[in-house]
Amino acid sequence: MSVEQYRELSWLPRPPEDFSSHCKGLATSDLDLGKRIRFLATHALNEQQLSRLGRTIISARKQGHSLQPLAPFRLGLIGNGTLDLIVPVLTATAARHGFSLECITGAYDQFLQDALHPDSALNRARPDAVLVALDHRGLALQPTPGDEQAAVQSVNAAIDLLGSIRSAISQNSGAVCILQTIAAPPEGLFGSFDRALTGTARNIVDQLNGRISQSVLQSSDLLLDVAGIAETVGLADWHSPAQWNLAKLPFSDTFVPLYAEHVCRIIGAMRGKSRRCLILDLDNTVWGGVIGDDGLEGIQIAQGDATGEAFLSVQQLALALRARGIVLAVSSKNNDEVARRPFREHPDMLLKEDHIAVFQANWDDKATNIRAIAKELALGLESMVFLDDNPVERGLVRREIPEVAVPELDSDPAGYSRTLAAGGYFEAISFSEEDRCRAGMYQANARRLSLQGQTSDLQSYLRSLEMRIIFGSFDRTTRSRVTQLINKSNQFNLTTNRYTETQVEQAELDPGVMTLHARLLDKFGDNGIICVVVCRPSRPQWWTIDTWLMSCRVLGRGVEKTVLAEILLLARAAGISNLEGVFIPTERNEMVREHYNKLGFTLISEETDGSTRWQLGVDVELGELPMTVERDYPHLELA
Amino acid sequence: MDQAQIYSKLSTVFREVFDEDDLGLEPETTADDVDGWDSLSHIRLVLAVSKAFGIKFSASEIGNLKNVGEFVELIGKKTT
Repeated sequence: MSVEQYRELSWLPRPPEDFSSHCKGLATSDLDLGKRIRFLATHALNEQQLSRLGRTIISARKQGHSLQPLAPFRLGLIGNGTLDLIVPVLTATAARHGFSLECITGAYDQFLQDALHPDSALNRARPDAVLVALDHRGLALQPTPGDEQAAVQSVNAAIDLLGSIRSAISQNSGAVCILQTIAAPPEGLFGSFDRALTGTARNIVDQLNGRISQSVLQSSDLLLDVAGIAETVGLADWHSPAQWNLAKLPFSDTFVPLYAEHVCRIIGAMRGKSRRCLILDLDNTVWGGVIGDDGLEGIQIAQGDATGEAFLSVQQLALALRARGIVLAVSSKNNDEVARRPFREHPDMLLKEDHIAVFQANWDDKATNIRAIAKELALGLESMVFLDDNPVERGLVRREIPEVAVPELDSDPAGYSRTLAAGGYFEAISFSEEDRCRAGMYQANARRLSLQGQTSDLQSYLRSLEMRIIFGSFDRTTRSRVTQLINKSNQFNLTTNRYTETQVEQAELDPGVMTLHARLLDKFGDNGIICVVVCRPSRPQWWTIDTWLMSCRVLGRGVEKTVLAEILLLARAAGISNLEGVFIPTERNEMVREHYNKLGFTLISEETDGSTRWQLGVDVELGELPMTVERDYPHLELA
Repeated sequence: MDQAQIYSKLSTVFREVFDEDDLGLEPETTADDVDGWDSLSHIRLVLAVSKAFGIKFSASEIGNLKNVGEFVELIGKKTT
């Protein structure tokens, strides 16, 4: 992949020839408008096409058209230079990631006022996140070659400025900030020595980027690595002096689509929309040649062979992704036995059968196979990425299952792994111990599901799992995972209330609020934190269940009942007499419509939007639970 | 590229930038004559023209333009 391929988003399919008429067509009918917008946005559009699509979206929203199923997201945008050009491109790009994005921009170069004034348009809009798009000019970095003290002051001043913006925004609007690293200007003063000498522009930018990254790690704010993006495509192309002079564009307009894509990946990751599973084709994707025709000795996979090494790099990337928690699966048109042979017997294969959670080698079409993989892993289709060298298969899967991401590959396998990485499907904003083990957990779950297939009696199956559940209240170590779950759980989520890490911390500290998480272990391994509950006092002796969500991986295992038993126990200990359950319907949470009914709650009321309220007295008896319960509440004495 | 060709290509760019299918250009056309021709769409226009014709403009060249006729002349000079 070259600069052009990054700039042109070449992992996305080419746009339809008649993009323009597609765009016009959006305005003529309301039917599936959100879906049609997303379809168009999922192509490799240039900045003008994205801008066009973005303006169409903005005007459709202004006219009150529904953009479902695109999820609303409000992004504040402050910074230096001309940012308004970016807005329509961001709006269209966000649709690619499933969002109906509303941008709130500040006045030109008024970023500090926008952040500091509690009643600025930005703060009043209550954005979900604020992108702080400041570059080296906005932070007023003054090179002072050779003067260490001045250089330190310059970096500190920039960090202080960012700090003021961050704390003001957090205080005034409650939004998280997305901070940018700085793309160094390419103009040097000394030459290579610029990097080493204290106080040069390059040296200051290096120092500052280190500090910005560090400070993000210690907060709930997020990082957009503009320096990394600019390095990838080249600083000389990134910075355009002509466009800065002409229109105060902070970077060349041709990179706005790439920039917007990176911003929207962060938003996607924040809302839990990053993908979780990589499905690999085998012949000519994971090795060169066709195993069914060429045999074990004929396929190209060896070190020292140019083609073989290209395929090895695909395997290396797949393994590296697995090590950070991405589940691997295989979908191949082959006989099962034949397809497995290289995994078992070829000495140069890096991928082994053990790394693959679901192995689908048969003669069904790939869309059918991908659906089967999703079902076996209990993951949504929108969690899947499908890598296949064959354009026909790619086209079929895109048409049949538009939710699946299918990177466009060119004919040379040398570029496969870079294209897959450039697609950014697995964007993450944090990395925890649980993520590290995730691929293994899904794999164990797939085994549980097949064990379930063999056991006829559910109770004995549940007992055979030897489950242990460990309850605790939110604390510093679990806060990040709890926040992640709050923001990405869609299906088993009664209210879909989303909270930032700061808000989660506030709930922790509030003595009136009950916070609960549960970790589930079984004989196949640790499932990690699989349930989050927040109860708030609503009237004397009542708790309202503000949040109840669970990981779909553990459904049908009696966890709901066990969690309810724990809530009841805690409620009694807090002197509560009644629980109020709330169900708020969304496009995705149909599965929990009858949740409270099944648990024995009584219906209190039903609204026209389908939301329901339920009541349960705390002295109810729930009977035997299918798992061992352990508790870890450092500050609580339970009778 | 002769003037007629430039007008034809330039009209296409204008229509794309201003989302206006029946926008017609005359040498005397100025920003006041086109709906939505503000400072921001002016930037979009200049960038789109640069891209369509494969040429670059300096800030002073753009700043001195009075109407579409002068823009066409400037493009003509740069494409010969």
